[in-house]
Amino acid sequence: MKDDIRAVLVEHGRLTRPVDTLADEADLYQAGMTSHASVNVMLALEGRLGIEFPDRMLRRSVFESVASIKAAIEELKASHPRAQP
Amino acid sequence: MGLELGEASMVVGLDLVLVSAITSSIEHFGARFLKRIFTPNELSYCLLDPGASAMRLAARFAAKEAALKVLRFGDEAVSWQSIEVARSPGGAPAIVLHDEARARAMNRRFIGFSVSITHEAEYASAVVIGERRRNLARRIG
Repeated sequence: MKDDIRAVLVEHGRLTRPVDTLADEADLYQAGMTSHASVNVMLALEGRLGIEFPDRMLRRSVFESVASIKAAIEELKASHPRAQP
Repeated sequence: MGLELGEASMVVGLDLVLVSAITSSIEHFGARFLKRIFTPNELSYCLLDPGASAMRLAARFAAKEAALKVLRFGDEAVSWQSIEVARSPGGAPAIVLHDEARARAMNRRFIGFSVSITHEAEYASAVVIGERRRNLARRIG
């Protein structure tokens, strides 16, 4: 799943640093991700993984790092297992 | 006996958006992007003129961002649609808050907002000023 997240960040994150130089816990906003870019990342992950982030997850901390995004996706998949592709 | 009004304070938020970035989001994600971010009223107005729709949408995105900077919700979840850029009868833009955004703004003692938006072909920008009552009114005398 981390590979999916990193691939989406490369395409949509508009980061100022190469994604492969960032640790899983690195702050993506500090690495240049704007809130608009975070929306694009969210929509790209939804399309790629067959999930939908509910409004309660539209928080800055959810998209703050590769690790936090992974945790949110795992939570979504656990609560909606049939939504997996 | 009188009523001593609380001290008012202003909070300002500014945002700048690249119009081509909004166009790119629409090309990549289509209706999913539009419906996630904008209200039906915003879309009705912005999509009315295809030649200006990207600039209008970018300006509204900037206004929502500027409003978020004013509201300072921190890590609280908030939907983009709960912050709407409406049009007053004279055509001037206005910030209208819905649902959780409205409730939280009231909790933070905001009593009004003013917004100004502008756009050119490349960039769109917005400034939002929020007025909040710093202290609760109290009876005196």
